[in-house]
Amino acid sequence: MREALRRVSLGYLVLAATAVAYLVVYSSRLGRFPTSFDYLSILNTTLPLVFVAIGQSLVVLTGGIDLSVGGIVSLCVAVTASTVSTSALWLVAVLALGAACGAVNGLIVAYGRIAPILTTLATLSVFTGLALRVLPVPGGSIPPQVRHVLTNPATPTGLIWLGLAVAGWLVLRRTRFGMRVYAIGSDEASARAVGVPAAAVKLKVYALAGLCAALAAVFYVSTTTSGDANAGAPFILTSIASVVVGGVAFTGGRGSALGAVAGAVALTLVIDILFFAGIDPLYQSLFQGLFLVVAVLLGTVAALAARRRRPA
Amino acid sequence: MTETPSIAPAPSRSGSETLAVRASGVDRAFGGVQALRDASFAARPGEIHALAGENGAGKSTLIKVLCGVIRADRGAVEIFGTEVTRVVGPAARRRLGVATAFQELSLLPDLTVAENLLLHDPPRGRLGLVRRGRLAPVAREVLRRYGVDDIDPRAAAADLSVAQRQVVELVRVLAGEPRVVILDEPTAALPDRQVEWLARHMRRLRDDGCCVVFTSHRWREIEALADRVTVFRNGTRVATRERLSEAEAVTLMSGRSFAGAYPTISARPTDESALRVSNLSGGRLRGVDLDLRRGEILGVGGLAGQGQRDLFLTLFGARRAEGGTIEVDGRAVTVRSPKDAIRAGVGIAYVPEDRKAEGLFPPLSIRDNIATATLSRRATAGFVNRSAERVAVASIVDQLRIGAGRSTSGAADTLSGGNQQKVVMARWLLTDARILLLFDVTRGVDAATKHDIYELVDTLAARGKAILYHSSETEEIAHLCHRVLVLREGRVAAELAGPVGDAERIVAASIKESQDA
Repeated sequence: MREALRRVSLGYLVLAATAVAYLVVYSSRLGRFPTSFDYLSILNTTLPLVFVAIGQSLVVLTGGIDLSVGGIVSLCVAVTASTVSTSALWLVAVLALGAACGAVNGLIVAYGRIAPILTTLATLSVFTGLALRVLPVPGGSIPPQVRHVLTNPATPTGLIWLGLAVAGWLVLRRTRFGMRVYAIGSDEASARAVGVPAAAVKLKVYALAGLCAALAAVFYVSTTTSGDANAGAPFILTSIASVVVGGVAFTGGRGSALGAVAGAVALTLVIDILFFAGIDPLYQSLFQGLFLVVAVLLGTVAALAARRRRPA
Repeated sequence: MTETPSIAPAPSRSGSETLAVRASGVDRAFGGVQALRDASFAARPGEIHALAGENGAGKSTLIKVLCGVIRADRGAVEIFGTEVTRVVGPAARRRLGVATAFQELSLLPDLTVAENLLLHDPPRGRLGLVRRGRLAPVAREVLRRYGVDDIDPRAAAADLSVAQRQVVELVRVLAGEPRVVILDEPTAALPDRQVEWLARHMRRLRDDGCCVVFTSHRWREIEALADRVTVFRNGTRVATRERLSEAEAVTLMSGRSFAGAYPTISARPTDESALRVSNLSGGRLRGVDLDLRRGEILGVGGLAGQGQRDLFLTLFGARRAEGGTIEVDGRAVTVRSPKDAIRAGVGIAYVPEDRKAEGLFPPLSIRDNIATATLSRRATAGFVNRSAERVAVASIVDQLRIGAGRSTSGAADTLSGGNQQKVVMARWLLTDARILLLFDVTRGVDAATKHDIYELVDTLAARGKAILYHSSETEEIAHLCHRVLVLREGRVAAELAGPVGDAERIVAASIKESQDA
């Protein structure tokens, strides 16, 4: 129990630390505190990663990993940006496409019994290839009406979506499906043995991860107002990093998607900190990587210290 | 009694009696190993049916086939007349009312006790959402219904003791109101008090018309509980009887005749000291003195948890000593890690409480498992001489009769429990260790393999090895050891000259002082 609390709180601690660092760097650079505009822009740029990270943490909680989220985001971005339509139906269609891509992963992993890392590495290529087929050169657009609903730079609609994402997770956690996700991650063979329909649960988990990736794509297009068939690539590592920083056990069964949400926000803040600190964007991935290593190391050290304190 | 080829529900009373469980002509192989061969089994509703057999006779495999964890290669399985041979998955069996407690415990370690118990039917509020706050109270209620009140439903399963985990596992099975209950070695991890608790619930289930199938290595339990016994040998059923004496059962199980439980110990201790320990402390140890001589089997007994485990682990360097000295062959040694112990000539065969968690590398080959502690001995510049290894392993495998002539390149986890135990012992024999620490090496091992191990211990001592021996079965210590040290609260409380013969004397010495106090 204490262990669970500690693991979750790692994500929040990292978030708090980066938030403080952000405020310090920002105010010392610009001589004033960030305005609501700054907060909104952080919120809007972080939303896609938040969604992907929630999907990724579901997969990691079952003991798997989903590399193909990058491909699904790319494909959905390409489709969204190249479809000129204001009807809500296209949105549903894009989300269904994402879920279908995820379901393909789930079918192969759950029923084909292929390791998740292999499966999703292969489908990553497939989905990215499809994205290039749909949108060979960056471009496209999104209707402004849609943009206003999703990520209006003037109003905090993003907060509502973030709230909905968190609420969605909390509901999921309180379903029998949610319990089964943890059961499978804890020990899949045992879960099967006690009658958990592991294959069906995993299929749903990967489909949900695909759905989350599609949501992320829609928000991505909405903030950048155009599409790129390689848009999803950065999400592979950052979503996994968010999950790890958020304190979800890589072996599955322990942690919470809320930690991953905190991790995702922290990761986005790091980029802003680098920007305001005047560090060349070329070094962005270097510093993001360092940040990840340090955060995880700190978490491991804390875990070791906690174990040492506990009588054996 | 002649065996009919197809399994008949015995002289049936009503003519068309429905069987609760029925398996016929079941084959199942793992890799090249035929675990079940034309196996048949039948159990009625309202009976307690014991499955007996040596390790590797196919009991566990049959149970896995019955409850749908694995599929039969051939044959038919029926539950209450419903054909389920092709239906895989315990989830489907659960709907038919089959509940199973597995030998490798199937609790989910990261989930709480409450979550484990209520995984399939959690308390739900409006909207059908799980009321997480209600999980613990509901689970506490379930546990209480089965008379269990010393387990916190909010604790993670991984934090429970092995016995507690077994209790939760059993409550999970019992609470599902099953029509068929299958219990694989349910008592192996239970203290006596809880064995009685379980027996009570098994009888109640039977009286309610449930079919209870269980396995056990303790004949006493089979005799006390079972209405019928089915004996398995080499993957097939050899007999189903209502009454069976232990001697008959052992003969049926092993195919050999019953030769008495304990061999006469022929080894004689010398005067040469091999291991001298004085004032050893650390963990539960509060200053242990002992003097182990070459050729001697020295028993370490006492009630459970008096420091026996810490003594063995400390001597092997797997636990840090906090004080005291250790002398090997008259020279003081510092043992900080198992590597130091091996260098000093100490070997340990140790069966952890959680079987397979330590000691064995299940997916590696039998040969690799045996050779692993002595790799550097047959290596040049970091490369292992595999042919030398093969020769060394072959001779030891032969000596210990491991795996009945099976190839040593097979994975160790295809071996039965008793043979896995022999593999771990073989590893330390290869090191030419002069001192052997044998900790509960016969735990969960069948009668015939136990006998093999006793003889092996005697042979080793006769060859001049010094053996420190602990077993959770006090009987064994009473019969095998030249001398017995009784540990109490981390100290040697009594020393008995052996063979003690009567386990009661050791037990009496274990509790004497605490009664005085």
